[in-house]
Amino acid sequence: MSSREVRSIGVAGWGRTLGAAVISLIYFFPVLFIILAAFKTRADVLAWPIKFVFTPTLSNFVSVFFRVAVEGGQAEATGFGLYFFNSLFIGGSSVLLALIIGTSAAYGFSRFPLRGNDTYLFMILTTRMMPPIIAIIPIFVLFNIFGLSGTYVGIIALYTAFNLPFSIWMVKSFFDDLDRDIEDAARMDGSSEWRVFRKVCLPQIYAGLAATFVFAIILTWNEFVFALLLTGTQTRTVPVQIVRAIGGAMGADWGLLSALETLFIIPVVLVTFALQNQLLRGVTFGTIRR
Amino acid sequence: MSQAQSDIRLVGVTKRFQNLLAVDSVDLTVDVGEVVCLLGPSGCGKTTTLRMIAGLENATSGDILIAGRRVNELPARARNVAMTFQFYALYPSLTVEENLAYPLHADRLSRAAIAERIAQVARVLDLETILKRRPHQLGEGEKQRVAVGRSIVRQPTCFLFDEPLSRLDIQLRQQMRTQIKEVLERLDKPTVIVTHDQIEALTMADRIAVMRDGRIEQVATPHDLFAYPTNVFVAGFIGTPQMNLVPATLEATAEEEGATRARFAVLGEQFSAPVEAAVRRLAPGAKVTLGVRPRSFELAPPDAADVVHASIDLIEPMGAEMLVHLVRQGQDLRCVLAHTARVRLGQEVGVRCKPNQLHVFDEAGSLVR
Repeated sequence: MSSREVRSIGVAGWGRTLGAAVISLIYFFPVLFIILAAFKTRADVLAWPIKFVFTPTLSNFVSVFFRVAVEGGQAEATGFGLYFFNSLFIGGSSVLLALIIGTSAAYGFSRFPLRGNDTYLFMILTTRMMPPIIAIIPIFVLFNIFGLSGTYVGIIALYTAFNLPFSIWMVKSFFDDLDRDIEDAARMDGSSEWRVFRKVCLPQIYAGLAATFVFAIILTWNEFVFALLLTGTQTRTVPVQIVRAIGGAMGADWGLLSALETLFIIPVVLVTFALQNQLLRGVTFGTIRR
Repeated sequence: MSQAQSDIRLVGVTKRFQNLLAVDSVDLTVDVGEVVCLLGPSGCGKTTTLRMIAGLENATSGDILIAGRRVNELPARARNVAMTFQFYALYPSLTVEENLAYPLHADRLSRAAIAERIAQVARVLDLETILKRRPHQLGEGEKQRVAVGRSIVRQPTCFLFDEPLSRLDIQLRQQMRTQIKEVLERLDKPTVIVTHDQIEALTMADRIAVMRDGRIEQVATPHDLFAYPTNVFVAGFIGTPQMNLVPATLEATAEEEGATRARFAVLGEQFSAPVEAAVRRLAPGAKVTLGVRPRSFELAPPDAADVVHASIDLIEPMGAEMLVHLVRQGQDLRCVLAHTARVRLGQEVGVRCKPNQLHVFDEAGSLVR
């Protein structure tokens, strides 16, 4: 990692660089469109052809937090701050929980295989083979019976379960790729099994854990169906709020929606950016042998 | 007394993996200050034996005793045995210094005492300049020295090395061989080294245990192993170029001036040579295998007595010497001659075995001695 070669554009070739830039722009365009729209007035949003030069306004962002519900009435808080916190809190804690439980399970599956180990692993994977929506009715009923509907505990538990299978699989593959001799060396050096796990194995897969964290947080952050059905007014997450904002007395307020979405993607961009090195190493983990 | 206190003893140690008998009833004693090499082809059970001593594998049966105490049920961390691994197994996320400090965590030493120990080891192994580096920034030789350092930093009861030099180039290998030997001599602890490289074993070991198919074929000093290989396997395994093993028939034995001479029929010719007295126990007509090391052959005039005639098939120069391949009746004979010997391809020559360098193995392949 220390001596990464940085090629100049000239070396890569101008044609290729231009091609890459155009393709990137095509893929990035929807996001760019949303971000621009968030700063446009109602008239500018709907203008055709699309306006790239306009006088920016922050009114959409103000509307995200305060709205005038009735014409000429008092501006009210929309509760967006709470929903944003809910998304962060529910997403963060369920992914962390899934990562902690998943890492322990993965270490067990990798290092202390049971009879029928592969069968268990396969069964864990099958829970993610069907679309989660199939299980929504029993889950909905269960949540009502146990009073979990609309609670943090309920939705966090559900998201944790939702993230566990692929956390286990991903982290297990990182453990599988480690050199077992290093663990044996630690045992020879007097380490308990806990110390082997905590001081020797875990530090070697930090990059992999970061990658798993990012993938899980993105999935959870975007989750909509369960959030719609199982959260209440106090535990509502941002995706649900975005959909609620589509309807309105005067039709869809695209500027407001765009502002919501712009705010919504910021955390994901920040996390991905902060962990980009780990992410890259995590994705390429195990492709390079000693 | 102190000998009985910290030696390694294996008694009938056996390891079975499902249907595979990896180690078959091995008996071995390693005394204090003694270096024993487990030598054998890959898959012979030498590494498994080492790992059982270490506590990384459980013996299926038999007793493993360290310092007179049966340790079969003791986990690796409680055995106080130091081991270096073939691929070094340094902790990748720790610096050299932290790697060296790692084994000391259990001893609850003060910070100063730990620093003192590390400094000591770093001095002995010449690691002072690389203490702050991480394993991936080290060369092969440096990794090896750190691995050795990590194993000697604490005071273990014995030392185990798994293929310690296999990853080094020839020059480094010679250097490390000397360095490890010096360190081991100073430590005066029982040491077991696993290797498939006989030069390594012959130079480093006080005694060598040759293994095959999970069994120990012979345990002996490097000299005895070379001079008296107990069977054809050991004879063929030890020594380069490989010993010539030629099927023959014992024709007759006779006593001559207090020495025993035997006459053999080999490759359609007859010759007689001085042999061990024990050869007389074999009945005339017995099938035997004659073992002659390539350096035990000498050229002789074709019309002299007791020579075997063959033609030169291939000549491999080896610097000061050359390896000459002879053929007689489809049997390849390897013979090392001085590079000054005047031979050419296709030439018919007579060779004979230098006196007292002939090994006779009986029909079962055991050395007659």
